[in-house]
Amino acid sequence: MTTESSPAPQTGAASDIKPGNRARVSSLVNNLRDYGLLLALIAVMLVFQYFTNGTMFKPLNLSNLVQQNSFIIVMALGMLLVIIAGHIDLSVGSVAGFTGALAAMMMVIWPLGPLSNPLVVSLVCLVIGGIIGGAQGYWIAYHKIPSFIVTLAGMLIFRGLCQALLGGGSSVGPLPDPFKALSSGFIPDLIGPLTLVPPIVNAAGKTVQGSGIVLHMTTIVIGIAAVLAYVWFGLASRRTRERRGHHAEPFGLFAVKTFVVAALALFLFFQFANYKGLPIVLVVMSLLIGFFMFVTKKTTIGRRVYAMGGNIKAAQLSGIKTERLTLLVFVNMGVLSALGGLIIAARQGQAVPAAGLGSELDVIAAVFIGGASAMGGVGQVVGTVVGGFIMGVMNNGMSIVGVNIDWQQVVKGLVLLGAVVFDVYNKNKG
Amino acid sequence: MASAILEMRGITKVFPGVKALSDVNLSVEEGEIHAVVGENGAGKSTLMKVLSGVYPAGSYEGTIVFRGQEMSFKGIHDSERVGIVIIHQELALVPMLSISENIFLGNEQARLGVIDWVGNEQKTAALLKKVGLSEDPRTLITNIGVGKQQLVEIAKALSKEVKLLILDEPTASLSEKDSQALLDLLLEFKRQGITSILISHKLNEISRVADHVTIIRDGRTIETLPRSELTEDRIITSMVGRSLDDRYPPREPKIGEVVFEVKNWSVYHPLHAERQVIKGIDINVRKGEVVGIAGLMGAGRTEFAMSVFGRSYGTRISGEVFLHGKKLDVSSVGRAVEQGIAYVTEDRKTYGLNLTDHVKHNITLAHLDGVSKAGIIDDLHELDVANDFRGRTNIRSSSVFQKTGNLSGGNQQKVVLSKWLFANPEVLILDEPTRGIDVGAKYEIYTIIARLAAEGKAIIVISSEMPELLGISDRIYVMNEGRIVGEMAAAEASQEKIMRAIVRGELKAS
Repeated sequence: MTTESSPAPQTGAASDIKPGNRARVSSLVNNLRDYGLLLALIAVMLVFQYFTNGTMFKPLNLSNLVQQNSFIIVMALGMLLVIIAGHIDLSVGSVAGFTGALAAMMMVIWPLGPLSNPLVVSLVCLVIGGIIGGAQGYWIAYHKIPSFIVTLAGMLIFRGLCQALLGGGSSVGPLPDPFKALSSGFIPDLIGPLTLVPPIVNAAGKTVQGSGIVLHMTTIVIGIAAVLAYVWFGLASRRTRERRGHHAEPFGLFAVKTFVVAALALFLFFQFANYKGLPIVLVVMSLLIGFFMFVTKKTTIGRRVYAMGGNIKAAQLSGIKTERLTLLVFVNMGVLSALGGLIIAARQGQAVPAAGLGSELDVIAAVFIGGASAMGGVGQVVGTVVGGFIMGVMNNGMSIVGVNIDWQQVVKGLVLLGAVVFDVYNKNKG
Repeated sequence: MASAILEMRGITKVFPGVKALSDVNLSVEEGEIHAVVGENGAGKSTLMKVLSGVYPAGSYEGTIVFRGQEMSFKGIHDSERVGIVIIHQELALVPMLSISENIFLGNEQARLGVIDWVGNEQKTAALLKKVGLSEDPRTLITNIGVGKQQLVEIAKALSKEVKLLILDEPTASLSEKDSQALLDLLLEFKRQGITSILISHKLNEISRVADHVTIIRDGRTIETLPRSELTEDRIITSMVGRSLDDRYPPREPKIGEVVFEVKNWSVYHPLHAERQVIKGIDINVRKGEVVGIAGLMGAGRTEFAMSVFGRSYGTRISGEVFLHGKKLDVSSVGRAVEQGIAYVTEDRKTYGLNLTDHVKHNITLAHLDGVSKAGIIDDLHELDVANDFRGRTNIRSSSVFQKTGNLSGGNQQKVVLSKWLFANPEVLILDEPTRGIDVGAKYEIYTIIARLAAEGKAIIVISSEMPELLGISDRIYVMNEGRIVGEMAAAEASQEKIMRAIVRGELKAS
C-alpha cells in the first residue's frame, strides 16, 4: 500500500544550529567550492608554467590558448543548458563541421555574389544552426525520443552531410581574410601602441619575438574599464542589498574576492596588450559568457530550465511549458554549434571534412568538469568556462611539454573522472 | 480450534518520529483465509513488511512464530525460504520479460548457469494451469492485462512452494470479474491447504472469503473477529471507532457564495483509453469553505483533481469548470494557475518539489512573474518573498538557501504549500496535505488551511484520513470508483456515514 509511505528521515537536527552561523559557514563552503575550480585551473597553469620553462603565461601562448579553445567554450555554454535541462547533445561537433563547410561553400565555391559576404554568410549559418537544433529538439521535446539517440543520429547525419558538402575528402578554402579575423584577428588599436621597454633588435635588424614591452593601449583601456566596472557593480550590488535590508557577505571576503579577480584580470589584459591586443574571438566569447551568466542567474527562462532538469513533473505542474523550453534549449545549442563551426573554419582558414570531429566530447567534458550534474538541474556558467579552460590548458601545456597525443587523452580522461568523483564526493559530504 | 501457522506477538515498529505499529498481535490459523483490514495508514502494510523481512529482524520489537518456530528474517529471501510469499499491490514484474522468465526470475531452473528454457516453460505451464491462466509462458508481461499479471504473481508465489500467501490489496486495480476469479482462486488454495492473508478495503470481498478478520487502527490491533461475527457495521465501527479530539485548530467558517464549480466532469485513463476513471462528477465550493473529498485509494480523487488542474491527468476529458460563474479554460497548467487554481500534489517528492534546488527557488517557481519584470528576476524581491513565506508557513530550515531535498517531510510540504500560496489562487486543491508528516506539522498545515479559508479562499481537501476530513472540512463529498456517492455537511457527517456511503457505492457498482 502506497499510503503508508515511511516517514521522511528527520533532518530537523540541522535547525538546532544557530541559523546565522550556519549560513555564514555554508556561504564560505560554497565560495570555496565555487572558487576551488578556478584555483585548480590556476594551479594547473602554474604547474605547466614550471614544466614549460615559463612558456605557459607568455603573451603569445595566452592568445593561442584562447584561440584554440574558444570554440569549445562557446559550444559548452549551449551544452551547459542542455545538460541542466536533463539532456545531452552528441551532435555538436558534426553540426559545427557541417556549418563550417556550408560557410566555406557559400564564401568560396557557390556564386552568390554579394551574398557571399562573410557577415551575411555567418548570419545565415547561425540561423541554419538554430534550425538544425530545432529539428533535433522537436523529436526530443514533443515525441519524447531520448536526446542521446536523437543527437547520436544527428552526429552521423551532419558529419555525413559535412563530408558530402565538401565533395568527399577534399577541403575548401582559402577563406577570405575578414572571415578568418573571427578566430585569428585582434581588435584594432585605436589609441596607438605605448612602448615601455623597446624591443631588442638583433643583428639582422629584426626585432626579437617577445622581447621588450610594447602595449596595445586600447586593450589596456578596455581592461582598466572592465575592472573598474566589475568593482563598481560589486559595490553597487552590495549597496542595494543593504539598502533593501538584506545581509551582504562580509566586506573582508568581498574585498579579497574582488581584489583577486581584478588582479588576475589586469594581469591577463596586460599580457594580451603586450602581444597584439585582445583576440576578437575572446571578445565574442566574453560577451556570450556574460550573456549566459545573465540568462542562467537572472531570467525566468534560465530558472525554468533548472527547474525542468531538477524535476520535470514538478515543473510541469508549476505551469512550465517544458516542451517549448526543451525545444528552445536545443535551438540555442544549434546556434552555438554553428558559431563554433564558424570559429573552427576561420581558425583553419578552410573547411575540412574532419572539422570539429570529436569535439562534442571535449564540450561535454568541460561542462561536467565544471560541476554540472548528469542528472540535470545543476550547473554553472563560470564552472563550465573554467572546466573548458582546464581541458584547454592541459592540451596546450602537454603539447608544449611534448607529451605524446595518446597519453594526452589518457590524462584528460583521468582529469574528467577525477573532477566528477571529487564533485560527487563533495556533494555527498555537504 | 486448528493450530496456528503464524503468530505475531507484540510487534512494535518505530520510524523516526512516528510509531507505525505498537504492540500488534496477529494469529493466523493453518489453512484459513485471514483478512486484515484498516484505514489507509493504519499500519497494515508495515505489519506485512515486518512479516516478510522487508524490515529485518532487529529493526522492530516483538516475535514472529511460524509453524512453531521463532523466526528472525534478515531479508525477503529468508521469509521466502520458509514459504512466506508476499504479493505487493504494485506488481513486481518485469514488463519486457516473458511470463516464464518472470516466474523464475532469480530462481531460474538452470544447469551450470545455463538456463533450461524447456524446463522453465513446462513448469510455468503447470503453474499457470493451477492459477487458471491460459497464456503461453513466452508471452511478454506487458502484453497481458493487470488481472492476468496478478495471476502471474500468484503463480510465481506457487513456484516458491508457498505455505503462507500474503496479498496486499490484490483487487484494487482489478475489474469486478477479475476480482471474483481471484477470490475463487484463494478459496481453491484454501482447499489445497495454503494459508492466505488478505489485506483489503473491500468489505464485501472480505465477508465472502475470510474466515477471520483482524482490524488494525492507528498501528494497534483492535480485535480479531471470526466469520460468524462478521457484519459490516461491526467492521466499520472497529475500523474508525475513535472520537475526534482537539487535533484541529478551531475556526469559525464564514461561508459565502459559490466560487468554484465543476460540472459533469469525465476523464478516461491515459493508457487504457476505454477505461473511464472519472464518471460525470459535479462539485462546487463556496467562498471561505473547506470542502473535503473522502474515499478510499483508487477512488479517482487525485485523478479528478489533476485532470481539472490543466489536464495533468487522463485523456478524453469532458466537462466544464466555472469560477465566479464564468467558464474557465483549464486546458493547460499555466492557464489554470493564471485563472486562480492551485493544486498541491499528494506526492511532493515526485510532483511537488525540485529537490536539487533550494527553498527560495521552489517557492517562487509557480509564479515567477511575481518576482520578475520582463523575464528578469529581481533577486532581492525574490528573497523577500521567500523569507516572508518561510515565516508565514513556519518552514524550519537553516535559511531559504537550504536544499529542499534535505528537509523533513513536514517542512517540504510547507514549501510546496508556500509555492502555491505565492501564486495567490482563489481555489486551492490540497491532495493528501498531511501524508507522511508528523502530528505537529499536521497541526501547522491545518492552521494554514483554516487561515486561508478565513481569508475567503475556496479550498478542496482530498484525504484518506477520515478524522482529518471531519476535523477540518465544512462539507464532505464521498467519492468511489470515479463517482460522487455521497455529500454531507461535516456537522452531520461521521466516519460511519462516510464508510457506509463508500460501501453502498461499491455495492451499487458491483
